[in-house]
Amino acid sequence: MLEVKDLQKSYEKDKPALKDISFNIKPGTFVAIIGPSGAGKTTILRSLNQLIKDDNGQILLDGNDIRTANKTQLRKYRRQIGMVFQNYNLVERLTVIENVLHGRLGYKSTLAGVFGRYTQEEKEEAMSLLKKVGLENFALQRCSELSGGQKQRVGIARSLIQHPKVILCDEPITSLDPASAQNVMELLKNLTEEYNLICIANLHQINMAKMYADQIIGIRKGRLVFDEAATYYQRIL
Amino acid sequence: MQSPIKYLSHKGWHQTAIIAIIGGIYILGSQILNFDNLNGLLAVPKAFAWLGVNFKPTAHSMQYFPRIWQKLIQTVLLAISSTMVAAIIAIFVALLGSKVTGINGFVQTIVRAIASFFRNIPLVAWSMILLFSFKQSDFTGFLALLLMSVGYLIRAFMEIIEDEASETMLALKATGASYFQVIFQAVLPQILPSILSWILYMIENNVRDATLVGILTGTGIGFIFDIYYKSFRFDAAGMTVLAIIFVVIALETISNQIRKVIL
Amino acid sequence: MTDSQDSIIQKSKLPNSPEIKLHERSLSRTMILVVFVSLLLITGYTLTHLDTAGVQINQALKELMTTLNQMFLQPNAGTDGLPLLMEALGNSVLLSILTTIIGAVFGFLFAVLASKNLTNAYLGAGIRVIMAVIRAIPTIIWALIFSIVCGLGTTAAILGLSFHSIAYLTKAYSESIEGIDNAKIESLKVTGAKFWVIVFQAIWPTIVASFVSWTFIRLEINFANAIAVGAAAGAGGIGYQLFVASGMSFDFHETGLIVYLVILVTFVLEFIAVKIRQYYLNR
Repeated sequence: MLEVKDLQKSYEKDKPALKDISFNIKPGTFVAIIGPSGAGKTTILRSLNQLIKDDNGQILLDGNDIRTANKTQLRKYRRQIGMVFQNYNLVERLTVIENVLHGRLGYKSTLAGVFGRYTQEEKEEAMSLLKKVGLENFALQRCSELSGGQKQRVGIARSLIQHPKVILCDEPITSLDPASAQNVMELLKNLTEEYNLICIANLHQINMAKMYADQIIGIRKGRLVFDEAATYYQRIL
Repeated sequence: MQSPIKYLSHKGWHQTAIIAIIGGIYILGSQILNFDNLNGLLAVPKAFAWLGVNFKPTAHSMQYFPRIWQKLIQTVLLAISSTMVAAIIAIFVALLGSKVTGINGFVQTIVRAIASFFRNIPLVAWSMILLFSFKQSDFTGFLALLLMSVGYLIRAFMEIIEDEASETMLALKATGASYFQVIFQAVLPQILPSILSWILYMIENNVRDATLVGILTGTGIGFIFDIYYKSFRFDAAGMTVLAIIFVVIALETISNQIRKVIL
Repeated sequence: MTDSQDSIIQKSKLPNSPEIKLHERSLSRTMILVVFVSLLLITGYTLTHLDTAGVQINQALKELMTTLNQMFLQPNAGTDGLPLLMEALGNSVLLSILTTIIGAVFGFLFAVLASKNLTNAYLGAGIRVIMAVIRAIPTIIWALIFSIVCGLGTTAAILGLSFHSIAYLTKAYSESIEGIDNAKIESLKVTGAKFWVIVFQAIWPTIVASFVSWTFIRLEINFANAIAVGAAAGAGGIGYQLFVASGMSFDFHETGLIVYLVILVTFVLEFIAVKIRQYYLNR
């Protein structure tokens, strides 16, 4: 269960980027955050794993507040929260499987991580996740050789190998062509059900949100304007 | 709102004004520096004619070749070693000072200031003050090139890190990886080719700069050119120049081939 | 690296489970490794065989500290006085501006003639080879060569600096020109426009931002070179004063002031370059 209470953030004084954002999400829910660009969608998402430090409020993951965690605790929270990016953010020069294995770094001792030592189990899991996202034949390819949709699926595999409770998707389909976008959304939706995840995606496309999301959160000018089950949203439109 | 026709004529005026200003600076500058453009222009063909006659190595000048070659190799070795030591220092400093991997704003500012200070102290000044303490030796030349290269490489490496590694850095931070894990697993693999490309460029550049350092500190290829030049042994000086051309172009070609493979 | 890791993992893993490789041998990885290792070996060899002329490093470092202390903490104008130094500084700045203008004008013309997408292959290749040779010869040697013909002084310095500038900028500009989308050039060609019309109406506006930024990079290089030529070829300016103060009269207080002046100028040049670049990029 993810609970967000009264989240506040301002980059400049007296110009709040986020104001009194509160919502709850149950496991197994695919949530879409929609709103015009500059509304604060990315700020919300990045506050949830504290890549952006918010000013005030509470973020409770299974009852524990992430905001008050110290450095070591924060690393432990972060490895339970996967993240998928608009520009994939892979190490382009490394192979697909190496990038997937990066998701394990949070579980490793510093030294093992620095030298990139992974156990056989980790490697096998990486391979089976690649199979799940349909890239088992690409494991040894360099990421720079992949298409956008393929890169995004590597990004998803990287977040899954963290064994996350939550996956945050920051504009996951903005850089993709329509077919790949559908593909990625479908994948995220299925994974959410299979692993009982909380999956939160920032989206521009309202039709995509309607098609795939279980819950839709609308943001405008840093304020929450609605938070409803998708069925309700479909009914009123 | 401007009308399109007004905009075009305005743009035309703008360009004419810029050309006039630059032309004015040029003419005024020539006056102040006493530079006679016509004579200067005429000196170019004269210089080449002179070069063709006097700088041409003869069979006689082959006797200088072994010594020139030895000094040239020595210069290349100095250029490589000073660049590599500078690069090792610079990568640590750049990691500490870049906006992406840096410790905090204070350290970043300090690193930037130091790098730009080192970069902007003239090579002549480094050469001369090092010559004063370290005397006429290869070590002096090495240190002068090293101190100069460090400044350049720190800035270049910081820019590479900020351009190429910020997104992956963010992604790995989000997985809960620790600082050193991110540096070794994401930042370094990503930037290594660009780093190497810069190192190769710096080596080429240091071979050329080594000539200047050599003339001032009495080391390497610059020293030997200076000796031949000042004792009017122009055929030997010409041979030295040919050897420099050969080595610089060879280095450039090798570097370009390496870049093609790694980038 | 991977081999040893894998063997460690091998011991702990179940029998029969297949080995999973993380990456294949690739030319690019091997090349990076080979180049780095060779460069490090060369460095190791050079450093252990370096001729130090029997200088006591400790002693020398102590002396260096004294010198640096005199330079940076107690700078003064020495016997030359500030007005003379300022005049010399002004001359060096002018020298670098003049040679950059010459370099930019000729560099642009040659770049147009050398760019693969504009001219015939032979002319282009010819110019590129000549420019590569000119670039390979250090500026200081150009200045020394010209000073034989024109005598020591400003003219030799200007010619020497200009030669290297032209060659450098030709390469830089022609790389920018070659990056232009061919369709842009063709769309003007089909209107029947003449060659130089295309150059100034299509090519120039497209590359003006990168033209400006390369030119300012060269201006900074030329300022550094003007100092070097002044010092090592006796061509006057602040470089000559620097050489005299640090190498002949050993007045390190004055050396320090000169270095500060030079740094100040480079900061100003860098600041102007950033401002002008921003102006052209935002247009």
